[in-house]
Amino acid sequence: MLLRLNDAVRGMLQRIEEQGNEGNEDYSALIDTLAALSDGQSVAIAPPVAEALPTEAEIQAALEDAADLNACEDACEPPRLGEILVDQGLVYPADVAAAVHEQTQGANARVGEILVARGSTNSDAVKQALAAQQDARGGHVAEGSIRVDVALLDRLMNLVGELVLARNQIIQSSATRSDSALLGTTQRLNLITSELQEGVMKTRMQPIGNVWSKFPRVVRDLAVTCGKQVAIQMEGANTELDKTIIEAIKDPLTHIVRNSVDHGIESPRDRVLADKSPEGRLFLRAFHEGGQVNIEISDDGAGIDPARLRTKAVDKGLLTPEAAAKLSDRESLNLIFAPGFSTAAKITNVSGRGVGMDVVKTNIEKIGGTVDVASTVGAGTTLRIKIPLTLAIIPALVITSAGERFAIPQVSLLELVRMEHEEARQKIEMIYDKPVYRLRGKLLPLVHLNHTLNLEATPWPNEPGAKDEAISIVVLQTDGMPFGLVVDRIMDTEEIVVKPLGKQLKGITTFAGATIMGDGRVALILDVHGLAARADVLAVERERAASDARDEQKASGEMTQTLLVFSGGGDSRMAIPLSEVARLEEFAPDIVERTGHHEVVQYRGSIMPLLRLARVLELPEAELAPEALLQVIVIRHETQHVAVVVDRIVDVVEVAVTVHQRRRPGVVLGSTVIQGRVTDLLDVRQLVKTVNEDFLAVTELAGASHG
Amino acid sequence: MADLTQYCTFHVAHLFLGIDVHAVQEVMRPLEMTPVPLATPSVMGLINLRGQIVTAVDLRRRLSLPERPPDQEPMNVVMRTDDGAVSLIVDEIGDVIEVTTDAWERVPDTLQGEARTLIKGVYKLQDQLLLILDTSRVALPEPSLAAV
Repeated sequence: MLLRLNDAVRGMLQRIEEQGNEGNEDYSALIDTLAALSDGQSVAIAPPVAEALPTEAEIQAALEDAADLNACEDACEPPRLGEILVDQGLVYPADVAAAVHEQTQGANARVGEILVARGSTNSDAVKQALAAQQDARGGHVAEGSIRVDVALLDRLMNLVGELVLARNQIIQSSATRSDSALLGTTQRLNLITSELQEGVMKTRMQPIGNVWSKFPRVVRDLAVTCGKQVAIQMEGANTELDKTIIEAIKDPLTHIVRNSVDHGIESPRDRVLADKSPEGRLFLRAFHEGGQVNIEISDDGAGIDPARLRTKAVDKGLLTPEAAAKLSDRESLNLIFAPGFSTAAKITNVSGRGVGMDVVKTNIEKIGGTVDVASTVGAGTTLRIKIPLTLAIIPALVITSAGERFAIPQVSLLELVRMEHEEARQKIEMIYDKPVYRLRGKLLPLVHLNHTLNLEATPWPNEPGAKDEAISIVVLQTDGMPFGLVVDRIMDTEEIVVKPLGKQLKGITTFAGATIMGDGRVALILDVHGLAARADVLAVERERAASDARDEQKASGEMTQTLLVFSGGGDSRMAIPLSEVARLEEFAPDIVERTGHHEVVQYRGSIMPLLRLARVLELPEAELAPEALLQVIVIRHETQHVAVVVDRIVDVVEVAVTVHQRRRPGVVLGSTVIQGRVTDLLDVRQLVKTVNEDFLAVTELAGASHG
Repeated sequence: MADLTQYCTFHVAHLFLGIDVHAVQEVMRPLEMTPVPLATPSVMGLINLRGQIVTAVDLRRRLSLPERPPDQEPMNVVMRTDDGAVSLIVDEIGDVIEVTTDAWERVPDTLQGEARTLIKGVYKLQDQLLLILDTSRVALPEPSLAAV
């Protein structure tokens, strides 16, 4: 009962807030309700007073909130006369309500006059209240805050940025001199500048409550639309953030909150069934931690089921079943940030259109933040956002490439790797012409900054013409994709002032801006995301690049051949042309079925024969653990798919094939030397034929009974 | 007596060009410049103008003129635009010239291509022609490369 009343009042408050003006109609409507409520109380005065009192107190608080809100909108709006009178206990709220009602009904008189006329109070009290109102008017001015144009603040910020740079320059040049007076002054300048910088930064800070203040309305409207009951709680609304960041997180936050209400919190009936209170709880929390602002949005709803996410990801073709099975629950949860992913069973106009969370993630990453999700099935979901305090001054790693300096924002930096030339020659391997480095067992695609920016055609260490020097790799991450950026030299980390680039350079996505270094020269700030996209590091881009490369290969008349090198059993190395390979797969041993004395697997809706290469070639079979995944090369020959089980995929190489000798006729075509090792070339046609001789008929028969 | 307008003039290759003197922030000797990889050819680089980062546009390249001989020291004409300052790299600075509007004429139709969009009009001076640049257009990158 109380909550519902409260909700009703809150709803009205929100409407007033939304309309941004005094909202006379709304206000009178509110007053009407209040009057009705007061009447209700006087009728039911006999029931416990304790219950009536909080109600009144709440209404009162709500009234004051309304006044406060209006006050926010119009900086000097004083409290209303009626409120002061009520505050001072001189009139009853109901009387004020009636008076205000009369006023809005067209009575051309002041609230005070009406009150006196109605005998609700005497004129002395009204005069006193008017005086209080005057005080309040004056009080607002004396509060010590003034309105400042944002443009002015931005200008100040710029100037301070320049001052910081000038300071850096002075510190650098004074370090080489032994003038103690100068050193002292520099020291002071240093301190003052730092403090000034901090102060000016503070002027741009705004409490996150400015964004949150809209959420109660959003949540309530949405809850009503979805037929749910949701209470919103906030903590740390006065946590401050830079104005630009506040603006940047507004939309992502709103999206997350809407998501929580729409998907997270269950309907009251389901909640009661799950032994929870029918009213869902949405909890927003913001706090500072380690120079960053953390924002948590948690609900006590149904939570996210990682298993369901995995199934969904497989259904949508985002992952193969094998890859999905390998994901940890935590990794699975992060699937909600994958593009085109939505677990909503039905698409509502609220959310579930599959364009949500990936955009949220991108937007938050754009301002150097991170977003993480934690969820317990049945208990709720928490989204944790970490964002930097400000964007204007960021820590960055300074590197040089082709004689120019570049700054890399530290947020996308994972680690630094440095190798001597000899080591680099061995450790950097090539897939086609794309170099990779094994970083703790995982392949890290490498990108040379000089190549990406068309600066110099620096050869890779294992390519001819490479200079005998150490190689520096900056391991970066964007969109969850780590990649290694090879630079000429790694210099130092520095706090840099980010300055925007002119219109002429806006189209270049590889740069996020520019900064002025200690020596006064300009250095460009790399945009890691743009850089990755340009270097085709991002997954989609990379796949496209690979298929382009294959097409080129065909077009160039196969002067050289691209071979897939693998180990077929024992120590032998074998290769087949990559063009014959449809896919590389990993099969769980338990999906292998038998027809007659053939092993088969169900593959994309048809039956595919499985060929154990070691058996065909009568080589020793590797001892496999029973649950170990089978490494399979799916070969396409004309319309027939054949799965060839091998021990291990070794590499993809591009070589000019010269067959050295022809050995046993049949499956093995001959041998050649690849990467310094003798490798057998397999004849795919023969290989398929060994299966086909007695299998084709079986396939057709099985296909007929199957379909 | 027709209205007088003042133009800041400069030479670029064989052309005598001018921009409205009010648009000019300052004229400077060459400053250290940071080249911008992947930028359109006309963007020579970025310069630090007292803490402000200014894009330098080589007018020779922008106007599709032959490259400046290496021994010639260029000059910066820093002009104000709607979004920040832009420095035009020119060969040589001329005087501030006062011209009357009756000497003004449109660019003849025979002038085609990119240059036509960049030159607003011509003042017929006694011994030569003064071409007036469209400052807002000059500051923009070449359309052919803007999409890249």
